[in-house]
Amino acid sequence: MPATTHSEEPIPGTYIFDGRAAMKGYALNKMCYSFNKAENRAEFLLDEDAYCAKYGLNEVQRRAVKARNVLQLIHAGGNIYYLAKFAGIFGLNVQDVGAQQTGMTVDEFKKFIKSQGA
Amino acid sequence: MTVAHIIGGLTTSHIPAIGNAVPNEEVLKNDPYWQPFFSGYGKAREWLQAAKPDVAIVIYNDHGLNFFLDKRPTFSIGAAFEYQHADEGWGIPTLPPFQGDPELSWHIINSLVADEFDITSCQEMLVDHGFTVPMSLFWKDNSYGNIRTIPVCINTVQHPLPSPARCFKLGQAIGRAVESYDKDLKVVVLGTGGMSHQLDGERAGFINKKFDLMCMDKIVNEPEALTGLSIHELVRQAGAQGAEFILWLAMRGALPGNVKMVHSNYHIAISNTATGLMVLENAA
Repeated sequence: MPATTHSEEPIPGTYIFDGRAAMKGYALNKMCYSFNKAENRAEFLLDEDAYCAKYGLNEVQRRAVKARNVLQLIHAGGNIYYLAKFAGIFGLNVQDVGAQQTGMTVDEFKKFIKSQGA
Repeated sequence: MTVAHIIGGLTTSHIPAIGNAVPNEEVLKNDPYWQPFFSGYGKAREWLQAAKPDVAIVIYNDHGLNFFLDKRPTFSIGAAFEYQHADEGWGIPTLPPFQGDPELSWHIINSLVADEFDITSCQEMLVDHGFTVPMSLFWKDNSYGNIRTIPVCINTVQHPLPSPARCFKLGQAIGRAVESYDKDLKVVVLGTGGMSHQLDGERAGFINKKFDLMCMDKIVNEPEALTGLSIHELVRQAGAQGAEFILWLAMRGALPGNVKMVHSNYHIAISNTATGLMVLENAA
């Protein structure tokens, strides 16, 4: 039985976090889940490489973590809810993350959001 | 026989940014950014103060505080004396604990499993912003100390998500369970999350006002018009995280009689999300 569930037509710019992604991103998401605790966030900041190694991230995931690049992290199996805890370490909220993924400045991104209310 | 009775349902978005704003509502309610959002809540609080529910069943999704991906139940229900909030990693203030009603929880759990909903029961359960933000919005200044809560958590993190139709039926089963509980209790059901938003991917920032307003219209008296949606179509129309609308449908399923809309408010946007607030009174 396939681990994927989205047999429907793909939605542009949208990633369905299904079984396939959940398997691919397990180590990365597990590390991000650990960031619920302040002592783990501190440990990550103290030695990022050691912390990634402790959770068994692969090379692609480690590069994406180092680049703080959300799209790369998603391609590496990251789930946005867990990635939000990673972004939070650097004081980035979902609007900063949205701007990064869409190639806009944060101000442009906020204007874009608001424009959809017109 | 005296039984518990569902008095109505409330919906609200549960965006983390609101959790940061709620302690400063008195200042922010005059701020141009927040005014259109907070102005909606006065009427909902008035309705609650008049209706005086004893119990709130809160249908929400866990965003990675209580559940990791090692175990990710589709439907889970709290059966604890108390529920704690905790650090979610990105700085939302941690709220005081919420009182449970384990006896009613177990009644619902027993009834649901007998009704072929094979849910997960949780005697320990951290509740995240999906639960806490609505509680702090409806019970101002965290005045929820006298209300007992039952968290009902639906998976929206990892696909496959339960379908809109399945969530509506879960709500109906919760409604039947409550209305067979032999205690004179007034119960309100909260459907949280939504409305349209997308946090991830190149389509981040997507909002669909037309679809949201259609949902707010149909959910009152024609919820069946929405239960035919697939999750994929919901993601397409409401955004990846807009799929949280299944939580509203579960709430709506729990309302047993004719429903009257008392109040609603829609606003684009807080953070990346179109916010929706509804007060639905059970007219039966």
